[in-house]
Amino acid sequence: MAMLEVSNIHTYYGNIHALKGISLTVDKGEIVTLIGANGAGKTTTLSSICGLTKPRQGTITLEGEDLTPVKPHEIVTKGVSMVPEGRGIFARLTVAENLDLGAYSRPTNRQEADKDLEEIFSLFPRLKERYSQVAGTLSGGEQQMLAIGRAIMAHPRLLLLDEPSMGLAPILVQSIFGIIQSINQRGTTILLVEQNALMALSIASRGYVLQSGQIVLSDTARNLKENEMVQKAYLGAG
Amino acid sequence: MATESKVHKKNISTYKIVQIVLGVLFGGYLAWRLYQILIANPVYGADTWLRFAIAGIILGSVYALVAIGYTLVYGILHMINFAHGDIMMIGAFGGYFVFEGLKNIPAPTSADPGLNFLNAHPVISVILAFVVGISIAALSGYFLERIAYRPLRNAPRLVPLISAIGASIFLENAAMLMFGAQRRDFTNPTVLTRGEGWDLPVGGGTVILTYTSVLTFVLSIIILVALYLLVQRTRMGRAMRAVAENKNVAALMGINVDGIISQTFILSGALAGAAGVMWGIHLGLVYYFLGFIPGIKAFTAAVLGGIGNLPGAMLGGLFLGAVEALGPAILGIDFQLKDVLAFGILILVLIFRPTGILGEVLSEEKV
Repeated sequence: MAMLEVSNIHTYYGNIHALKGISLTVDKGEIVTLIGANGAGKTTTLSSICGLTKPRQGTITLEGEDLTPVKPHEIVTKGVSMVPEGRGIFARLTVAENLDLGAYSRPTNRQEADKDLEEIFSLFPRLKERYSQVAGTLSGGEQQMLAIGRAIMAHPRLLLLDEPSMGLAPILVQSIFGIIQSINQRGTTILLVEQNALMALSIASRGYVLQSGQIVLSDTARNLKENEMVQKAYLGAG
Repeated sequence: MATESKVHKKNISTYKIVQIVLGVLFGGYLAWRLYQILIANPVYGADTWLRFAIAGIILGSVYALVAIGYTLVYGILHMINFAHGDIMMIGAFGGYFVFEGLKNIPAPTSADPGLNFLNAHPVISVILAFVVGISIAALSGYFLERIAYRPLRNAPRLVPLISAIGASIFLENAAMLMFGAQRRDFTNPTVLTRGEGWDLPVGGGTVILTYTSVLTFVLSIIILVALYLLVQRTRMGRAMRAVAENKNVAALMGINVDGIISQTFILSGALAGAAGVMWGIHLGLVYYFLGFIPGIKAFTAAVLGGIGNLPGAMLGGLFLGAVEALGPAILGIDFQLKDVLAFGILILVLIFRPTGILGEVLSEEKV
């Protein structure tokens, strides 16, 4: 059974029909990527899964449990964490407070929290240096690290990542993707939304291609990379 | 494009020059008045100045308590809760009825068979008055949000503002219907009789440091410090600050945004309730319209300090209290004009520094 099963969801913004029947599955332990142009519905798909924009039709199940009626703030307790587009860190709070809020959904004692922090510092040594600094003063790359670190403080079974490479220097993109892989190897299933299709397909096992609110293609990452249409549209091949 | 940016630059510099010239003129006038009134031509002795200053600090600490309610709600919902002053009135009535009730409970002793509970146990009575006043006001804050604001959460910004004004009129008139339109005397326990206190010999005269003003000041400071620690140090405070910054991301963290908003209204109601009871104990009159003027004064204080900013609200409250008490004397104008002074400051702040003393520049998203 798939870990995450999205079947035929329709999501609207007011009268705008943003998702027109999206269906996808993510198996346990996988990295799955959604690629597509701006406005294709990638972010809307993620925010439908984590409950911020509820679909009007269709169902979303996580390991058999229906997430559709669950309130957004309770979805994180079901094991779904999201790193939102544009990072969404709390700029006026310190790095420490941001990380603490990541664990808000599962009240922990000090020792457990320290253990989690050690794990995050081992992934992102920079955050340790910046620990008591106000998050708004971090560089873009550091903010992305903070956003990812904060999301895994919740111990998610499924991590949703929205454009982790946005606005980052190529060298940072490399290292962020390396970290995403290592988070995955530690047992977290990942659904990755990216405009940088080449990077996304290089770490994912499968991918879906979105176009105007619909899935037009789904295949293994390797086949998608070879696909002529994908190459033309998203990989910059002439 | 080039000409446009030039014009833009020129506008800004003219505006800056006007600002500086006005600032220098006002500062010069203030210095000249201070010289006149303190050295060249002293009208008041040191004792009178101290009296003014005490009055200003007490008034300011009450304003600060109420102003924090505006600022907390603004920080989270970006709306001005214009019914906040009326929550303070409700708190004042809560305290009033506790004292009235306790006055009618006999607690005779052998020394004084006519003694009532209020005078027999003044400490318990005062605590009870605050507990009841704060609870009723907190509850009113909660229901105010649920009834008047929550259904309008996603409406344009003007709509909840109108709803707030409606709620304010509703609360005032409901209080008038229930408690009558007359002003009622707030009977304190005899140990807290208004006007009585410690005599301080200052500059040839005596200044009375009244018990009620000490109570008001000390209690305000305790509440302000406690609130600051609550917001900065606790899990609830951290969640409040997260919701203030980004509601969607806060929800992704597992924070119940509606719950935090309710808690914010409960907290700001509680502060207004405490301020209301203090107002009653210190100034001695309660009536249905009592919250209106302190409400808009505290709003002024919150804007002055930078709305959405906690230390700003505290500072703005104290500053406004000081301006009201000392301003007329320094400027040599009639004391009846203190409200003109207070709201004149509001207008000046809104024109020249809309972000307030400690305020930050509002981002696009917030505006």
